[in-house]
Amino acid sequence: MSSQAVLNTGRPPAPRYVEDVIRAAVVLSMFWGVVAFLAGVVIAAQLVWPQLSFDSEYLTFGRLRPLHTSAAIFAFGGTALIGTAFHVVQRTCRARLFGGAPLGWFVLLGYQFFIVTAAAGYLLGITQSKEYAEPEWFVDLWLTIVWVAYLVAYLGTVLKREEPHIYVANWFYLAFIITIAGLHIVNNMAIPVSITGSKSYGAWSGVQDAMIQWWYGHNAVGFFLTAAFLGMMYYYIPKAANRPVYSYRLSIVHFWSLVFMYIWAGPHHLHYTSLPDWAQTLGMVFSVMLWMPSWGGMINGLMTLSGAWDKLRTDPGLRFSVTAVGFYGMATFEGPVMSIKAVNSLSHYTDWTIGHVHSGALGWVAFIVFGTLYYMVPKMWNRPAMWSTRLIGWHYWIATIGIVLYITAMWVSGIMQGLMWRAYDELGFLQYSFVETVAAMQPFYFIRFLGGVCFLTGGLLMAYNMWRTIRSEAVVTSARHQPALAA
Amino acid sequence: MPTKIEKDTLSGQNTTGHEWDGVKELNTPLPTWWIYTFYATVVFAIVYCALYPSWPWLNGHAKGMLGYWSRAELTQELDAQAKARSGFVDRIRATSLADIAKEPELFNFAMAGGRSAFQTNCMQCHGAGGAGSRGFPNLVDDDWIWGGSLEQIRATIEHGIRNTDDKSRQSMMPRFGVDGLLTGTQVAAVTDYVLSLSGKAKATPEGTQLFQEQCAACHGPDGKGNQELGAPSLADGIWLYGGDRDAIYRSIFYARNGSMPAWAGRLDEATIKMLTIYVHALGGGR
Repeated sequence: MSSQAVLNTGRPPAPRYVEDVIRAAVVLSMFWGVVAFLAGVVIAAQLVWPQLSFDSEYLTFGRLRPLHTSAAIFAFGGTALIGTAFHVVQRTCRARLFGGAPLGWFVLLGYQFFIVTAAAGYLLGITQSKEYAEPEWFVDLWLTIVWVAYLVAYLGTVLKREEPHIYVANWFYLAFIITIAGLHIVNNMAIPVSITGSKSYGAWSGVQDAMIQWWYGHNAVGFFLTAAFLGMMYYYIPKAANRPVYSYRLSIVHFWSLVFMYIWAGPHHLHYTSLPDWAQTLGMVFSVMLWMPSWGGMINGLMTLSGAWDKLRTDPGLRFSVTAVGFYGMATFEGPVMSIKAVNSLSHYTDWTIGHVHSGALGWVAFIVFGTLYYMVPKMWNRPAMWSTRLIGWHYWIATIGIVLYITAMWVSGIMQGLMWRAYDELGFLQYSFVETVAAMQPFYFIRFLGGVCFLTGGLLMAYNMWRTIRSEAVVTSARHQPALAA
Repeated sequence: MPTKIEKDTLSGQNTTGHEWDGVKELNTPLPTWWIYTFYATVVFAIVYCALYPSWPWLNGHAKGMLGYWSRAELTQELDAQAKARSGFVDRIRATSLADIAKEPELFNFAMAGGRSAFQTNCMQCHGAGGAGSRGFPNLVDDDWIWGGSLEQIRATIEHGIRNTDDKSRQSMMPRFGVDGLLTGTQVAAVTDYVLSLSGKAKATPEGTQLFQEQCAACHGPDGKGNQELGAPSLADGIWLYGGDRDAIYRSIFYARNGSMPAWAGRLDEATIKMLTIYVHALGGGR
């Protein structure tokens, strides 16, 4: 615990925060990160060398892919969000977590149980085959319970805060928790075949099902992968840079415009399908209007650095966070562009989409988590700094090169794929068969695999650095021993 | 904590006067370029919604000033492509299979169209190059099961094999082992005989006799097959379900009877003709 909390003159000391849960979340998030990157490298390799499924149904691409996406989004990202949400909400509300350590532990460990049951199901072939909502009904029910507990802990802490105002990071975290609850429940409405069986049938059918799925899917991107991590950014970047947030007004306007617009954008996943044209239009125009609301967060993240840019040379952790904001800006520009129907007719169903997702997932989500964890670990374990600053620098460059390899390979491969699908020969016949496009993409699949290996290597360096930091000697200062309970 | 507005010396902006765990906020106005770009996207959205189908109401939706409909757009694009091909396609329709080959320009068109249709509809089973795979005949060689003439190939494509189409090619090999027509030992003896036809085993008198009694009616006394019945040649060393002893034993014991869909209802006449030309030319047409 740092001494900053008690620096303000004339205030009672901060309460004793719940911190063990957060420390556990930091370690678990790192663990799941490595798992997610490894699973990604394995399936990237399978796309280059299909024989790597070893003719085992448990190792087919179809089962390992949801393992990778869920490990990255829900296990790595979600665990980091739970840990940082508890960290941020307590400190910016100057209040001990509502429900205390027991509720905190229930949320964190209950969420881990969700991850493990979901992952086991994927490998066993238990899935409802909805992208990012693969877990079956019993896993969904459990997650609902955990998520409500998460909301109670978070909202309870906000309600009993000692600060007069609610800090912007908390708006974002709260929007994330509330919206994900609604999305999760509506999209996973299903009737189990039997109370003792894993199989269920969804409540929605046909194009309504598709629309609800992508209303869910896109807002998983909007509220899980964007809003929540913006909450993370709004606390950890000003803390690490030691500068005030650039613009309070911008944070208000971009927060409300972002949450209002995102919820409409889902139909852009269903351009040129049986979804009615009017819904496609709305999905597209709201996606285009999302451009500036998204960039509001980027401006606030980057401009907060003004006056502290020199810190990037000395603090590679902060470099991760700032690069993350840069990738965020790039991905949130690319997204609206891809939602335009004319562009989408080329990009849809191609690797371009995969590249776009990964510039968000690797560049934004993973990098902001890396930057945050590099900031948090010394603070939470009361160490002077990470064990090796040089190793953070190595991690930064290896991971950045990995992302660049990944994204550029997917751009080239995806655009080539889209162009090949629509190519007509001079006599007016389709020029290429599907398998010919697959053969043409193989070199780029290899480059993507190399990018993934870089990213995984960086993750391992970070895990090692974290392990060494936690094992090193704690700083002994008087500030470590907080005054007794303030409340 | 009371509000305490301070001036940030670096930016010259005031703070909002709040502080959370040491974090303060500046009260910087919205960047002008940001707000105007935002307005521009809103204007774009309004204009786009006016032009294209957009807002819904209870029993319909705004149709948009352009009268756009994505299905109509698709139909137009497909029609335009079909129109561009129509000259040749009409000629293909009017020309007999045998005569198409005599007109190089028309033949080239049929080959391109046949290849395109093959890559979309046939390669899933017969392979991108037509080389087939286990259970799916190789179309590149000259070993035809139901005949390799232009008309025979067209009939196979149009009506398929062992399906519910009225004119589907039909024949059924008995399940000699499963249905008790032969004992396991007898099946093994026939297997040896079949292998002996390509010189890979020695036939026994029992196997020879059984083959003549049970198999020769369809596969011929010399095992060279009968295309009228779709009975493959067993003497040429080309195997649809594998040529090792175990695979042949299984073929006799369980029978195979693979099937192929009829394409007459799914592909138009000209496309089937072009496919016929293409498959015929793949290597082994007769």
